[in-house]
Amino acid sequence: MHMLKIDNLHARVEGKEILKGLSLAVKPGEVHAIMGPNGAGKSTLGNVLSGRDGYEVTEGSVTFDGRDLLALEPEERAAVGVFLAFQYPVEIPGVNNTYFLRAALNAQRRFRGEDELDSMRFLKLVREKLKVMQISDELLHRAVNEGFSGGEKKRNEIFQMAVLEPKLAILDETDSGLDIDALKQVAEGVNALRSPDRSFLVVTHYQRLLDYIEPDFVHVLAGGRIVESGDKNLALKLEAEGYAWLADTHPELRKADLTGVPA
Amino acid sequence: MTTAPSPFVRAALDAAATVPASGIAWLDAARRDHLDAFAATGLPEGRNEAWKYTPLRALSQRAFALADADAAKAATVDAETFVLPGVDGARVVFVDGVFRADLSSMAAGQGVELLPLAAALADQPEPLRFVLANRDLRGAADAFAHLNAALSRDGLVLRLADGVTLDTPLHVVHVSSGSQPDSAWHVRVLVEVGKGAHADLVEHYVSPGEAPQLGTVVADYAVREGASLGIVVLQDAPATTTLVRRGHVRLDANATATLHALELGGALVRHEFTAELLGDGARFDSRGVFALAGRQHVDTQLEVHHKARGTSSEALWRGIADGRSRGVFRGAIVVAEGADGTDASLSNKNLLLSPLAEIDTKPELEIYADEVKAAHGATIGQLDERSLFYMRSRGIPLVQARSLLTLAFCRAALESLPNDALRDHLGELLVAHLPTTATE
Repeated sequence: MHMLKIDNLHARVEGKEILKGLSLAVKPGEVHAIMGPNGAGKSTLGNVLSGRDGYEVTEGSVTFDGRDLLALEPEERAAVGVFLAFQYPVEIPGVNNTYFLRAALNAQRRFRGEDELDSMRFLKLVREKLKVMQISDELLHRAVNEGFSGGEKKRNEIFQMAVLEPKLAILDETDSGLDIDALKQVAEGVNALRSPDRSFLVVTHYQRLLDYIEPDFVHVLAGGRIVESGDKNLALKLEAEGYAWLADTHPELRKADLTGVPA
Repeated sequence: MTTAPSPFVRAALDAAATVPASGIAWLDAARRDHLDAFAATGLPEGRNEAWKYTPLRALSQRAFALADADAAKAATVDAETFVLPGVDGARVVFVDGVFRADLSSMAAGQGVELLPLAAALADQPEPLRFVLANRDLRGAADAFAHLNAALSRDGLVLRLADGVTLDTPLHVVHVSSGSQPDSAWHVRVLVEVGKGAHADLVEHYVSPGEAPQLGTVVADYAVREGASLGIVVLQDAPATTTLVRRGHVRLDANATATLHALELGGALVRHEFTAELLGDGARFDSRGVFALAGRQHVDTQLEVHHKARGTSSEALWRGIADGRSRGVFRGAIVVAEGADGTDASLSNKNLLLSPLAEIDTKPELEIYADEVKAAHGATIGQLDERSLFYMRSRGIPLVQARSLLTLAFCRAALESLPNDALRDHLGELLVAHLPTTATE
């Protein structure tokens, strides 16, 4: 049984078609890496799956745990178990990080008909999850992401994931802007959260992250579709040879689709 | 003025005729002069710069009788309507502008003189003469102050002796009984904080009912050398109320005053507050939030006058307007010649939550001194879509996300309140007033 099934997905942003028939199926516990040149639609995929405004689905379907994911509001998608780790986590001045996370968890629990956690139980949970992803006390009590370094923001995303325990985590270029030590920390956090019933979509531009988060499958997203799928060796081939060779097997792809540079 | 007086003015003149003389010659003369000044100019009109964004044409067509004192004394008011967390000391309650001894608790401790204005006048009027006989008003622009001076029969006198500290905030409650529609009440407040003394006041406007009323309050605060005064204005009047409130604080050397204003209710509200920093090293901080919906109109006019050396002021105001409401904010910092070393800042940020709402903001700086640090800024914007999506992507429903972001936007203006219980309560009141439905 698939947890996530994307079928022939077409999506537009500001009138421009970005996804052009993307299909992908993910089973529980699997880690899928999505690689591709700039402009291929990698971030669009994460945004469409999490329900961001301004992304218009014109064709195709997305089924998550047997539900029509596209019919749900963003907060409902979160509550049924979809989590997007942002490429650029948002700073929210005036909203305390811990308060925010508790509000999010309790909103999800309310939606699922579970009882809410009082501050004592929530604090206990936070302490437990700090073992997965270390966040300093100071950051926990600051406003959400406000004044965080790039690495702290990404670690905060993984920490949120640890607390919210999604079924499907989408990591949108989580490696961007991280030095190697920060990258390792983030990857360790992700690996600690791998489980037989939690799946990951790891969207990345570079193979480097996959040295630390080992994927079960690697897909190439180019021209708005998955054009090639394989195991981790595909990522190594892309690292060594780039994307240009795909033009041989996929003549329909334009040069711009493979270089990320508009023609 | 040759045109016939408006219904508003006629009703005010009729009301004045029903009020007996005080028997204090200088006071009756002053009241007469104020009434004459009011009758001569009437309400300010559109071309009056000070009232440009708050038109009074509709108000001028309404007639308010003076609230009946006997009815106000007899009105049943449940104390539950005005109880506030963190404000459990002395309390002075006015119902429809009439002092209610039965609802008040006037024991405020050694060195604190707390009494209704009428009692103070009956006892020793002379010390009040300097303020109450003052005729220094601007005609039409100050029409409501003239009206208040002419018609106010009661109010509050608070005096703290040198070095005295009021342990808990004094709760000053203005209740509309709800049983006297189309009536007006006028309250006068006089506060003096002696050298090195400290007091907090919470001025609370609230009502169990919805009867349309006009209320005016004029308050003077003298803060002596090295003293400090905190003023919290919690305006939670019913949506039918017209309220005009004027505060004037005078600060001697090294004195400090802090104003917090939370404007939630009212139909038409004008809040004028002027701070004069008269002594070297005086400081005045003000923070305020208005949260409007429906057809509410709330106008805040803040003036800070730096008139001595080394004085400082910080003003931090936030506005939220939803529905068809209109918020007006004018903040002026005036640094007089010779007020060197002044450090002043003013920030006014606003959120427009509806395309039909309107916010007019006007920060002003007038500087006549040389060595001055002054900054001011005003913005009007919407809730940040990226932040909203980020919160929703974590599971927080849109309505809750909007309210959290809106509260966060106001948070800075709710800091430094006299105590945490009051701060938390005001935060909750604010959240309860925020729009609960998305208005895209």
